[in-house]
Amino acid sequence: MTSESAQHKVAEGCSVEIGQAEPDAYNLRLYVAGQTPKSLAAIGNLKTICENYLTGRYFIEIIDLTITPQLAAGDQIIALPTLIRRLPPPLKRVIGDLSNTDRVLVGLDICPRETASS
Amino acid sequence: MGKHTIPSIVEGHEAAAARLSKALTGITGLDDLTLGGLPRGRPTLLCGSAGCGKTLFGVTFLVNGVTEFGEPGVFVSFEERPEDLDANVASLGFRLTDLVAAGKLVIDHVHIERSEIEESGEYDLEGLFVRLNYAIDRVGAKRVVLDTIEALFSGFTDGAVLRAELRRLFGWLKDKGVTAIITGERGEGQLTRYGIEEYVSDCVILLDNRVEDQVMTRRLRVVKYRGSAHGTNEYPFLIDQEGISVLPITSAGLEHCVSNEAVPTGVAGLDDMLGIQGYYRSSSVLISGLAGTGKSTFSASFVNAACERGERCLFFAFEESPEQVIRNMNSVGIQLKRHVDAGLLKFEAARPSLYGFEMHLARMNRDIERFRPNAIVVDPISAFRGPSSEIHATLVRLADICKSRGITAIFTTLSSPDDPLNENQRSVSSLMDTWVSLADVEANGERNRVLYLLKSRGMDHSKQLREYQLSSRGIQLVDVYVGPEGVLTGTARIAQEAREHDASLQRQHLAARRHREMVRKRELVELRIAEMRAELEMEENEFQMFVDEEGIRETTRRSERDAMEAIRRHHRDQ
Repeated sequence: MTSESAQHKVAEGCSVEIGQAEPDAYNLRLYVAGQTPKSLAAIGNLKTICENYLTGRYFIEIIDLTITPQLAAGDQIIALPTLIRRLPPPLKRVIGDLSNTDRVLVGLDICPRETASS
Repeated sequence: MGKHTIPSIVEGHEAAAARLSKALTGITGLDDLTLGGLPRGRPTLLCGSAGCGKTLFGVTFLVNGVTEFGEPGVFVSFEERPEDLDANVASLGFRLTDLVAAGKLVIDHVHIERSEIEESGEYDLEGLFVRLNYAIDRVGAKRVVLDTIEALFSGFTDGAVLRAELRRLFGWLKDKGVTAIITGERGEGQLTRYGIEEYVSDCVILLDNRVEDQVMTRRLRVVKYRGSAHGTNEYPFLIDQEGISVLPITSAGLEHCVSNEAVPTGVAGLDDMLGIQGYYRSSSVLISGLAGTGKSTFSASFVNAACERGERCLFFAFEESPEQVIRNMNSVGIQLKRHVDAGLLKFEAARPSLYGFEMHLARMNRDIERFRPNAIVVDPISAFRGPSSEIHATLVRLADICKSRGITAIFTTLSSPDDPLNENQRSVSSLMDTWVSLADVEANGERNRVLYLLKSRGMDHSKQLREYQLSSRGIQLVDVYVGPEGVLTGTARIAQEAREHDASLQRQHLAARRHREMVRKRELVELRIAEMRAELEMEENEFQMFVDEEGIRETTRRSERDAMEAIRRHHRDQ
């Protein structure tokens, strides 16, 4: 496996980043493979959910495995698209095109009550 | 395994081989029964229950690919972590880490933790494809093992998606041109738990381990092999420190070359009993007998003689340890240690219950292949317990293996006192070319050993019962006493011989006495004849004298008468 630092370097080169990597932000990573309808749907759905529930508290890294396939093993990617919550711990993962918002919220451990308050 | 056994398994293999390109697995025996290995560039399903050796088969396939055939490989493990896998196969001498470091092998551990995955919307397994593709391209892999892909079913809930993706995966592997092994857990009523045999339809191999009489035997069967002929039976296979070996069952046509050469038995008297001064080379010899009749000694004598000629022998001991055999044979003057030291003799000792019967055969076959002996001894075959048919089938194979390699095989078997020809012996008897039967004759408070040749194919052999003695000079054959009082052995034989000797002495004395009497009688008679003859002569003499006297008297009377007449005439004239 490539080392952690190398992974980051490649990731920086090939991934799309959205938001700010702040210490207490949700650090999310979305793995996709190419510009498939599922990939695009997942990216769109994730953006919407983050805007609605995690305004200003999220950082998304989108990794296209068709460009950096070596990153797939590191996060044990099998199904695509896969969304991984890297921070805050523990590591969480949601697979699919994220069309079911409730399940994404459960998977990312985001309490829907925050919606009501915001 | 010699290629010459292949035609006997299936007909028309050459045509099949021409149609289908195959990838050798490098697993002894498997390549024979699949007539050249797994279908190249296609996936093969390997299924079996837990502990069958699926993972080991996969690893062996890859390691052999790298080390023997120059084909790099990818091992995708869904169950074991690479370090565990490495440790598990290290005992077989596989150094996975070295192969990985050399860039010949990739081990990718796919870990799925159901509890930490949330599903939301549509997904596919493109990630697996990406990983696999990346791994294959990284080392230029030609071989891929997916072990055990069904683990995916426990990781994802959407079975329909999984099945569609698996179908796509196997198609993709074919397009990629890699020879793949996909392992699957044996399921109820079907080959695999999730029925993935539906998608992998080119070649299906089933592994099985069964326990019969508390002995486990591993078996392998090629369930299907599209586009190729293959051996269809269940074949036993062996996993030990040497790796996997499938026993290539020579369903063996009886085509082995025969030899007219005689191999001395190591027992001088026995050589004489066999018309050709020994056993035929590459024949099967059965030595049967009761406990303590010296079955092992006969086989050891043979081995000793063979080793002294510089031949190689393999001794399979199932009841004694090698040291024990060597020590015991020393007591009858057979020194085996020197042959072991010289590398001509090799002992392979194992308890019969260690493996199943067929497993033993697999092991023996491998030992034979490795040591390349001129002769083997299996002591004893009666130690094996199991269904008679199975024992028979196994011995047929062993005998065939030996015959095809020109190995003279000595089998010993223990017979029971009340039924000297028990079921096992009957079943193997037709296999044997020569059968030496050792027996005990118990009489007059002692036990003596006799042997006879129950059969010996292709030679004019002695039909006599012979007594033999085991002494510090080895085995000696003694002529038994066969007479009006039956067959006598041991001291009875010696006593009888003494009695015979006495009787003949007496007869000689009697004859001498009669002779002397005759001589005396003749002398007497002759004496009497002489006397009578003398008497007769005397009478004849007397008679002659009488005749003479009578003549004289007549003459006298005539002259007197003449004188008288003259006187009378004178008177008348006067």
